[in-house]
Amino acid sequence: MHIVVPVKLVPDLVEELVIDPSGTTLDPDTLRLQLNEFDGHAIEQAILLKERGGGQVTVMAPDVEGVDDVLYTAAAKGADRLIKLCGNFGQSVNNHAMACAVANLIKPLQPDLVLTGVQSHSDLDGSMGPLLAAYLGFPYVGYIAGVTLSDGRAVVRKEYPGGLVAEMEVVLPAVLGIQAADQPPRYVAFTRIRQAMKTASIEEQTVEGLDVSGGPTVSRMYKPEAAARATMIEGKPDEVASRLVELFRELGVL
Amino acid sequence: MSQDIYVIIEHLRGQIADISYVLCAAARQMAAASGGNVVGLLLGHNVKDLAQDVAVDRVLAVDDPLLANFVPDVYQQVLANLISASAPRAVLFGDTSIGAELAGALSVQLGLPLVSYCRNVRADDGRLTYVSQLCGGKVMVEGELPAPTALVAMVPGGYQAEQGKSTQPPPVETVAPPALAAGRITLKQYIEPESGDVDISKEAILVSVGRGIQNADNIELVRELAEAIGGVVSASRPVVDQGWLPTTRLVGKSGKRVKPRLYLALGISGAPEHAEAITDSQTIIAVNTDASAPIFDIARYGTTLDLLDLVPVLTEKVRQAKQ
Amino acid sequence: MATTTVSQSSTTFSQSFYASLHEIAGGEKVRTCLQCGTCNGVCPYGYLMDYPPGKMVAALRAQRFERVTEADTVWMCVSCYACSEVCPVRIPLTAGLMTRAKEELLLAGNIPSELQVALENTQRYGNPLGESPRKRADWAKGVKPRVPIMSEERRPVDVLWFVGDYGSYHPRVQPVSRALANVLNALHVDFGILGAEEVSDGDSQRLAGERGLFEMLAAKNERALSQYEFKEIITGDPHAYNAFKNEYPKLGIVYPVRHYTEFLAERLDALKSLFKGEVNARVTYHDPCYLGRANDVFEAPRQLLSAIPGVELVEMPHNRTTSLCCGGGGGGMWMDGFHWEKAHTRLSEWRVREAMQVGADILAVACPYEAPRFEDATKVVPGASRLIVKDIAELLAEAMGD
Ligand SMILES: Cc1cc2nc3c(=O)[nH]c(=O)nc-3n(C[C@H](O)[C@H](O)[C@H](O)COP(=O)(O)OP(=O)(O)OC[C@H]3O[C@@H](n4cnc5c(N)ncnc54)[C@H](O)[C@@H]3O)c2cc1C
Ligand code: SF4
Ligand code: SF4
Repeated sequence: MHIVVPVKLVPDLVEELVIDPSGTTLDPDTLRLQLNEFDGHAIEQAILLKERGGGQVTVMAPDVEGVDDVLYTAAAKGADRLIKLCGNFGQSVNNHAMACAVANLIKPLQPDLVLTGVQSHSDLDGSMGPLLAAYLGFPYVGYIAGVTLSDGRAVVRKEYPGGLVAEMEVVLPAVLGIQAADQPPRYVAFTRIRQAMKTASIEEQTVEGLDVSGGPTVSRMYKPEAAARATMIEGKPDEVASRLVELFRELGVL
Repeated sequence: MSQDIYVIIEHLRGQIADISYVLCAAARQMAAASGGNVVGLLLGHNVKDLAQDVAVDRVLAVDDPLLANFVPDVYQQVLANLISASAPRAVLFGDTSIGAELAGALSVQLGLPLVSYCRNVRADDGRLTYVSQLCGGKVMVEGELPAPTALVAMVPGGYQAEQGKSTQPPPVETVAPPALAAGRITLKQYIEPESGDVDISKEAILVSVGRGIQNADNIELVRELAEAIGGVVSASRPVVDQGWLPTTRLVGKSGKRVKPRLYLALGISGAPEHAEAITDSQTIIAVNTDASAPIFDIARYGTTLDLLDLVPVLTEKVRQAKQ
Repeated sequence: MATTTVSQSSTTFSQSFYASLHEIAGGEKVRTCLQCGTCNGVCPYGYLMDYPPGKMVAALRAQRFERVTEADTVWMCVSCYACSEVCPVRIPLTAGLMTRAKEELLLAGNIPSELQVALENTQRYGNPLGESPRKRADWAKGVKPRVPIMSEERRPVDVLWFVGDYGSYHPRVQPVSRALANVLNALHVDFGILGAEEVSDGDSQRLAGERGLFEMLAAKNERALSQYEFKEIITGDPHAYNAFKNEYPKLGIVYPVRHYTEFLAERLDALKSLFKGEVNARVTYHDPCYLGRANDVFEAPRQLLSAIPGVELVEMPHNRTTSLCCGGGGGGMWMDGFHWEKAHTRLSEWRVREAMQVGADILAVACPYEAPRFEDATKVVPGASRLIVKDIAELLAEAMGD
């Protein structure tokens, strides 16, 4: 069983996001990147599957700031092979271009399973999983919380809003979009990561031909206005309740 | 090529999903600008009577036993045929566990551009502009909706579901599916959500109570309100510590981080350990008798009424509004 | 220094763990345990632990140490030093035995999820709260005169103030930092802070079993500090104090350090001349574990409080070496839910009840974990809502008319 996990680094929302003077991208100097949370679950799921049934886990990530930490941490958790994707990854590289290029690198690895995070908060042109699957010609199922493998098939638990779960069977090789691993991503002691830095090696592979044409173009990026303090609603219970009901309507929750 | 707007009507086990109405609302606005019709695409088995209240000009229903349940690759084949045959101006999907994967797959298969996380589509002198939210809503991006055909995956928040409903059932045209074969994905079974407890980190509407509720008996008032608006009750730590609600409902540093569309904070002061876990909520509305409570620093709206006076009246009004 | 346990087939886990204790200063004394049980008895959570210190020693001797790491109740240890204080043969129980045991649990992945979040935050952001490192000096906005940041000053200062995680970020403790800044300014102390270059001191992470992370943080702080010239370090955080005083030197990082209460107690006369008003209140003082028991600073905080006009200082039954832990140490600050699940009570509540018993109006503290914890407890303990929790720095600033 060879499981490939292509992951993505996305803006860390703990940091204040600054819009570039161009007004169409985030300011690269203040941007701090972080492993996409769902990709962390995809790595965990891959390692859990390996621990249960054996096999090899390959984690790949684009060469952006912070990538080495992400890869070594994956190795400390149990990933066998680390691949850094080298190329020119500006913010303009969209998921279609990336998925197409990554698919070309994944094909020769002949994986049985490709796991990705179900989405990231920066997927303007769709999440990686379905795109990757389409370029690979593999089936795709997303929003998965729970995977078991048996003779060439994966049985997955796909979640729908409201908690209903569909159990689906997928013929391998396949791409799965992981929403939550069977167990929350484990903690690795810092000494283990330091060890991995000494013992694991990161392979570099060049990504060529990133074609970003045809995707949505951004003419303006801006921050929604944040109110400094709550707008107070005055009045008797009856009046306030009526106003709240109006608000619920506007918010689309009623 | 046409100026029609196609809407994928999502449904699950005989129920139209709420997002479908949001899509219809968006589509109506877009069609008015583009000069086309709104066409609802309904895939399923024995579903032609399902779409009674969607605000579309007509429904194209594709009926086949293989479509009875959502199976990604089978649905994809049907939609690929429909879309490539008529080349509408846009196809709207819900950015959901059904729509998101169909949109992505079709985008590659048909070579059509895809815009995700879309909240609104604006019409400026006949030109359509998408507005999407990235970074969990911390930044907005907009640009021209790609032409001639764009796939759009929409998130809720930009339109009210009401606007996408109609009292006039739309005409339904049943089209024959292409020869369908089961693909590499099969549905084995549905598993009901465990009756145990809800996962508050996934809920869209949270009615949260704090110490301001004063005693266990009053929790019932809040439960009634939550039920009326279709939400779930969560709480600050003192309420959970007292055993008035189970630990699974605890919001905060020691409990869960939540990101609902509406967080209604009733009698919660907004202590740092609580506040840090609710900042991803789309809208926070706070009820607290103390006008200087820190919760009002992070809430969008607030009132200083006594929650015990407000909640029963509010529950009643919500019930009326729902009728 | 022990970081990992080498499990060789010829030695058992118990044996290798036992051997690793010998690498800790005084660790060999574990052999001399009398099994008197005093430690188990004094431990605030001993009654909930499968293996409080004495029983853990017994399990080791019986070659049953696996059982210790299979249980999760070692995480009830809040590293309060109560057991170390009473052990008749002075076995390093807190920093040695209990911490080593937590290291093993951590390596085995047996770790409460709340603690995991704090440790991951520390790895990523350099603070357990998960706040932006760039905002580390934001608390100082509006303080006048401006709080000097070393990277901007580029000049030697007398005092390098290590602000710490909670003083930098926690909304309840930021005002304490501002109060201390005002006091230092009023005394014309020539000081500076590291701002965004400062990271967590890492001491509580170390005591929660994350030694590797602690060493990484220490190295980062050293990289920042070594660029600047100053005579001494002061800090408001007893955990940082403990790190600089006792732990960093073992890593070759040596600076003179004092808690701010010691630094200010030396300037009592100057302080007294600055007091304008009175704080008319019955005040009781809580000895933080890492200022008191662990480092024997008992008098300086009391001297400062007694110097404030109007203050009547009263002692709680548990004071100085017998002080009660607030429950925040050793990672307790990040295991609130876990501890509650097991105990259904909080150590902070016990302390607040004592403060009420002695009729205090104000519970004075000197550790940044305490204002949030005790203030929270005053809401739970019946009748305690009138008890005011203040850091000594806040009371000083208040008396100076701040
Ligand atoms: C380490 C640690 C971890 C913690 N973790 C968590 C956590 O995960 N989650 C959490 O919630 N807390 C947590 N806390 C506790 C937190 O500090 C606060 O004590 C707690 O959140 C307060 O809860 P509250 O807002 O319900 O109560 P209070 O702070 O007492 O606030 C009650 C509010 O209700 C208002 N009120 C009273 N009566 C009425 C009325 N009739 N109508 C309307 N308003 C009214 C009051 O004005 C007041 O603002 C933690 C604390 C610590 C130290
Ligand atoms: S340090 Fe404190 S909590 Fe830990 S075992 Fe000793 S007495 Fe118990
Ligand atoms: S107090 Fe010291 S001697 Fe007594 S049981 Fe505990 S460790 Fe052993």
